[in-house]
Amino acid sequence: MSTNPRARDVETAVADAFREEWGQVVATLIRVTGDWDLAEECAQDAFAQALDRWRRDGVPRRPGAWLTTTARHRALDVLRREATGARKLREVAVLARDDGPHDPEFEDGSEVGDDRLRLIFTCCHPALPIEARVALTLRTLAGLTTPEIARAFLVPEATMAQRLVRAKRKIRNAGIPYRVPPAHLLPERITGVLGVLYLLFNEGYVAGAGDDLVRRDLCAEAIRLARVLARLMPDEPEVLGLLALLLLHDARRDTRVDAAGDLVTLEDQDRSAWDRAAADEGAALLESALRRGRPGAYQIQAAVAACHTTAATAEDTDWADIAALYGELRRFVPSAVVRLNRAVAVGMAEGPEAGLALVAELEEQGELADYHLLPATRADLLRRAGRRAEAADAYAKALELVENDAERRFLTKRLAECRSA
Amino acid sequence: MKYVLFACTPVDGEAQGPAEAARDPRFTAYADEMRGHGVPRSGARLRPPADATTVRVRGDEVLLDDGPFTRSEQYVAGFDIVEAADLDEAIALASRHPAALDGGSVEVRPVWE
Repeated sequence: MSTNPRARDVETAVADAFREEWGQVVATLIRVTGDWDLAEECAQDAFAQALDRWRRDGVPRRPGAWLTTTARHRALDVLRREATGARKLREVAVLARDDGPHDPEFEDGSEVGDDRLRLIFTCCHPALPIEARVALTLRTLAGLTTPEIARAFLVPEATMAQRLVRAKRKIRNAGIPYRVPPAHLLPERITGVLGVLYLLFNEGYVAGAGDDLVRRDLCAEAIRLARVLARLMPDEPEVLGLLALLLLHDARRDTRVDAAGDLVTLEDQDRSAWDRAAADEGAALLESALRRGRPGAYQIQAAVAACHTTAATAEDTDWADIAALYGELRRFVPSAVVRLNRAVAVGMAEGPEAGLALVAELEEQGELADYHLLPATRADLLRRAGRRAEAADAYAKALELVENDAERRFLTKRLAECRSA
Repeated sequence: MKYVLFACTPVDGEAQGPAEAARDPRFTAYADEMRGHGVPRSGARLRPPADATTVRVRGDEVLLDDGPFTRSEQYVAGFDIVEAADLDEAIALASRHPAALDGGSVEVRPVWE
């Protein structure tokens, strides 16, 4: 069968539809049935039927609508069969009504788009634990299987399955509404959704070559979901800002480690190997976000990332600009890590001593005492200032705190350089 | 849906009785808010854990203990049963409860119906 081009075309069409439409089908089915498990089951069934039917009848003009209708009919069948209690009967009634004059084949696209938004906001509801938000998003929106999500987050499959079951149960039992939040809740809820997508991306970003592919693919999933969100909420500058940030980070992804798996600093990365298309798209998105005049944490971080990707060489980097951006970021994210980043930028813009003064400020206030990047930053600034013996001490201190292997190797190398000089 | 809002107070805090609460503008503001959501006569302010007695039956024996059944940093100082459309509405109500401020918290639990 695999040599039959038509069969292969159909498989490709179904795979494409799965990537594009899975979240949509599940989202609509949850709205009409109110039952998350049933929605997933029926969506799965619709895709299985598609493989068969599309081979026979051809790929429909609107695969998403076909899949939604098929999943709906399946749900209707299941509910009719099981309709013993009054609650189920009511659901069938709702379903039958929705199946009438508003057949999804002819349904207004915006309503369907709203379903996906409803699903995104419900998956990322702040009353759910953060791990569950991430897992639910991957399962119901991105269509990853439970074993895949378990592998991506390095937990046993049973743990992940339990996590998903509990989350769905809480949504039902605690009455978490299936909706796009009203205006007064929207800003904080959008921030919550963006936080989940950024966390997803970062999980993939820190994954090494030795990690499971599904884990490394989390970056692509996060970008895909951010694109969906940006399409659905085109007037939210922070949504565009996040998508820009992810693309700008992703553009440099392959150059951050060398063939041996060792870290390559921004300074030493091969800029010709950066993904120009991703960087340009990110920069363009950022510009259109900033034009709206409502800056936010993601737009500012994207602006920092853009300073790096637009610099032709490391020496061309506009560190004064970056230092100013981190100063601005402090207004939105009053965290010590942001101050540390600013210290790095100031050190590069005004000289190591200026950066060291800011690092000393953090140390005196007892901030980030257990964070290896605090002594590592001091070490780097001392190294740049030519104070090698002090730099070596700071690298040694950082090595006591570091947990990641690649970073440990990097710090060890730097320590040796400082001692040998 | 029905929810119970448990007002939890730090054990080292000062217990506020109904008379004092009636004079506290934060409580009266919350009480106004409650009027639209509260199930009639379904809530109570509780005396502090020092006045609690815990009862257990083991075999034929009734065992009594002075104090609450669990020791923790906070205790339930009162509860309200409210009617809300969904969790978001219940959370909005809980966030206006004075117990949610000043080191306290409000636990929102759906009623099992």
